[in-house]
Amino acid sequence: MTAEAMARKFNIDSVANAAATPGQELPWAELGLTEDEYRRIEEILGRRPTGAELAMYSVMWSEHCSYKSSKVHLRQFGDKVTDAMKKHLLVGIGENAGVVDIGDGWAVTFKVESHNHPSFVEPYQGAATGVGGIVRDIISMGARPVAIMDPLRFGAIDHPDTARLVHGIVAGIGGYGNSLGLPNIGGEVVFDSVYQGNPLVNALAVGVLRHEDIRLANASGEGNRVVLFGARTGGDGIGGASVLASESFDSSKPSKRPAVQVGDPFAEKVLIECCLELFKASVVEGIQDLGAAGISCATSELASNGDGGMHVELTNVLLRDPSLTPGEILMSESQERMMAVVTPENVEAFETIMDRWAVEYSWLGEVTGTGRLVIEWDGETIVDVDPRTVAHHGPVYERPYHRPAWLDGVQADAFDAERAGDLRAAVLELMASPNMCSKDWVTDQFDRYVQGNTALAMPDDAGVIRVDEETGLGVAVSTDANGRYSYLDPYEGARLALAEAYRNVATSGAEPLAVSDCLNFGSPEDPEVMWQFAETVRGLADACQELGVPVTGGNVSLYNQTGGVAVHPTPVVGVLGVFDDVARRTPSGWREDGQAVYLLGTTADELDGSEWANLRGHLGGRPPALDLATEKTLAAILVNCSRDGMIDAAHDLSEGGLAAALSEMALRFGVGARIGLDELCERDRIDAFTALFSETQSRAVVAVPRSEEVRYNDMCTARNFPTLRIGVVDTENQALDVQGYFNLPLDQLREAHQGTLPRHFG
Amino acid sequence: MTSTSIETPLIGDVQPSTSGDADGPLSEVRVGVVTFPGSLDDRDAMRAVTLAGGSAVRLWHGDHDLQDVDAVIIPGGFSYGDYLRAGAISRFAPLMEQITAAASGGTDALPVLGICNGFQVLTEAHLLPGSMIKNNHLHFLCRDQRLRVENADTHWTGEYWAGEEVVIPLKNQDGQFVADNRTLDELEGEGRVVFRYVDENPNGSRRNIAGISNTAGNVVGLMPHPEHAVEAGFGPDSSAREDVGLRGGTDGLGVFTSVLRKLVG
Amino acid sequence: MPRIVVDVMPKPEILDPQGKAIAGALPRIGLTGFASVRQGKRFELSVDGEVTEQILEQAHQAAATLLSNPVIEDVTRVEVIEEDAS
Repeated sequence: MTAEAMARKFNIDSVANAAATPGQELPWAELGLTEDEYRRIEEILGRRPTGAELAMYSVMWSEHCSYKSSKVHLRQFGDKVTDAMKKHLLVGIGENAGVVDIGDGWAVTFKVESHNHPSFVEPYQGAATGVGGIVRDIISMGARPVAIMDPLRFGAIDHPDTARLVHGIVAGIGGYGNSLGLPNIGGEVVFDSVYQGNPLVNALAVGVLRHEDIRLANASGEGNRVVLFGARTGGDGIGGASVLASESFDSSKPSKRPAVQVGDPFAEKVLIECCLELFKASVVEGIQDLGAAGISCATSELASNGDGGMHVELTNVLLRDPSLTPGEILMSESQERMMAVVTPENVEAFETIMDRWAVEYSWLGEVTGTGRLVIEWDGETIVDVDPRTVAHHGPVYERPYHRPAWLDGVQADAFDAERAGDLRAAVLELMASPNMCSKDWVTDQFDRYVQGNTALAMPDDAGVIRVDEETGLGVAVSTDANGRYSYLDPYEGARLALAEAYRNVATSGAEPLAVSDCLNFGSPEDPEVMWQFAETVRGLADACQELGVPVTGGNVSLYNQTGGVAVHPTPVVGVLGVFDDVARRTPSGWREDGQAVYLLGTTADELDGSEWANLRGHLGGRPPALDLATEKTLAAILVNCSRDGMIDAAHDLSEGGLAAALSEMALRFGVGARIGLDELCERDRIDAFTALFSETQSRAVVAVPRSEEVRYNDMCTARNFPTLRIGVVDTENQALDVQGYFNLPLDQLREAHQGTLPRHFG
Repeated sequence: MTSTSIETPLIGDVQPSTSGDADGPLSEVRVGVVTFPGSLDDRDAMRAVTLAGGSAVRLWHGDHDLQDVDAVIIPGGFSYGDYLRAGAISRFAPLMEQITAAASGGTDALPVLGICNGFQVLTEAHLLPGSMIKNNHLHFLCRDQRLRVENADTHWTGEYWAGEEVVIPLKNQDGQFVADNRTLDELEGEGRVVFRYVDENPNGSRRNIAGISNTAGNVVGLMPHPEHAVEAGFGPDSSAREDVGLRGGTDGLGVFTSVLRKLVG
Repeated sequence: MPRIVVDVMPKPEILDPQGKAIAGALPRIGLTGFASVRQGKRFELSVDGEVTEQILEQAHQAAATLLSNPVIEDVTRVEVIEEDAS
């Protein structure tokens, strides 16, 4: 049955009807609006809203779409951007994703987003549609998606529910991403009981485009046509909003609304190709993906960003479920849909491309000069609003916040537990632990080869993708977060997350250029959580300014809490860097016999919040100190080393400290090394345990060919950066030999490192 | 509509200029790569053809014209989502009728290579026997896989020697080759097992079979992806032939040079 | 050996990409008589001996808990088949 045929079955709450029945109360509370917000809508409209208008405002003014609790803080990302930082920015915050100039006319767009709650409810589909959503953001900028990454956080590895989530989420990401032909080049897998009821499923996507191909979400040009294409609209994602259905549906009960969305990666793959063909043929003027808030969001944002208004006939929407009411159609979050603005002359060309890819489309209406968004249902006006009041002028809250009283106690509780006498056993324990163990079991389920441009992928520090096959121009991306550091000090935690992602990108050899973030927090209505959030944003914005890398876009995920217990504040920070030629990228493992192993940076006794403390069940004290000027110098050295061919391997030091870095470097290609700690311990006045397990920042280990040692040392001296030769690569001896302390055969280390995930989930 | 009217956009896909034989006789050889809705490794197969020195030609599943190509590659991916069975829907594409007809007819018939999903399409189209089912461990698996070239006389393996080992990326969900014992015996007896997994069977395939051919040897299908081991820097970390640099494995290139050399004669 | 057949279908309101792809392919091979396709799963649980009420109840439980995901699927049939149809 077509929507037109159904139209007569509804009691349509038209604008005329709303004006005539001012006293009729609508179910605003059930739709998640406060009374103040509802009164404000009445004030804006000068009358009560219609059911359809209420549907639009309620979804667009939700926390998820309006950022009403976070907006006042997020402004700092814009306020703290200097002109120098904007140099490479082609499109900044506010669009679907930021766009960064990487030279030679090429640009890159990237963004990280969350799909946390849906992934807890239905892990496979939640994670799959998370990938789908972020990829559509990338397409809508005019870019070809070229890679994805997935920072994941689960509850305790041995909790009975964790296996369900791990299996479903990993399979969902693979099932969707692999089917799209996108290499998965990195991410994180962290286990911590604070995420038990609230796993964090973040997804980052990278897209590539030519400068002239940038597309923006705006509807301009009176008379231009508005088209919806891709999958049909069903009742997805409106399960909670069926109150509206009962309002306006007069023939018995509405059919059930799905509790979860099901993704169709094949439809999305076809959508990618067909959008790229549209871009190439210059057939669309503006384009917007449909994600949260569906058509409500797409129409109001396109109209709001444009110079006129928009007129839409809603019965033209192709439906999967004909029982949907107008309000539900506006709110539906069905996946794999896009909306575009097309000039009348291009309509035929547009339809030809749709037909070629067998993609369904329907012309919904046109751009007008009225400045109003008018939506009709079978000729009756059901929405007549100023689109900016829906999309951009939503409520803004200055939520109260205060520093938690418990924090002093936590910060005073420094780690002073056991420091392990048996260093060999300690290294094995660390490398087999849930957070430090090999993630191959996860990443082997993702395609890292497709598109043929992957120059580095996990387990290296950053994912590296070639952009231009002629010149080798390419990008590196890394994501990082440490919820434990952020719990101890959210301001520092955010700076540390940025520093680590920045360091990872530089370790691979790329020049860090831009940032995207996904801020995962508990309830903003809890003043202590709100304080954590405020401190995080302040810390991240300050650190971005200091390092000279702008935030180009991102996402905030609030209400990640169960039964009053919030997740650790978890700011996932993605850093994008650029390579003039990816051929010079640095891998995270050594392989040439006799190369010198150097440690860059100094080591202090910093075990608070460390992975070692985590293994001993301790979380207290202060996170490691961070000096961003030092971090910047380290990055410059690493990039320079790569550019001048001074090193053959590099790995940053972060969670698990030197012990983890040396182990991972040896395991990367199965090549051992002889390491001496005495000189390091003497220089930095620490013991061997601290040398191995401290998480002091701004450090890296590099492997330097004999022929480059002089040049390398001269460069470090010139930059006044401490570096120390701590060992030598040894291909003969298949072991990590820390002289005077232990000799750990690589087979044994590998078995410990790789056995953990298969043992729990295999 | 023909595939030449609108070219599939290839943002970020400049054809490499460093082909092995840019102006030589191999560049005369036109190798078509078919794109189905849901094909993923089609550009990669084209890049491999170019790197091997040939000329890659884009073919569209809905066309009826093979554009006079000298050989055809059906690439990897998830055509039509692999929703019914892998390859089940693609085999009915108009172009597949042309390919099936041209590929049947002895050693001079059209050489056809099916990679991964392409192999699945060839079995659904009955150009090759057997079928692929879900991996025995039930996961998608992406890894660098060691293979043995069992038959170096097919159109696609002439550049190898029988018994030679290669390292080629493997990535699939439905990669377990199955056939009844009679078919398996026949394949073995006629030397039509072209590639076999070495060291570890990654998916439960019968008799460790990774790739097979038809009787004439012009049609070959394999699950691993030789087109992802053709360019130093973007291939596997290892090679079965020599020590290679980071992602330096190019053991798969021979598959593409084989067919070019065969066609040049 | 008697078997209990369990059919599981995607819920009607849930998108069924599999069914959609097949529905799209049918007209291309000339079979135009179908308005839509939905793809489900069939399970056969074999029983040693007689299917008692208790075993049938277990089959219902299996269908509701393990064989189907109640978030996106419905169990549409749990039925005993006595004859050996295979």
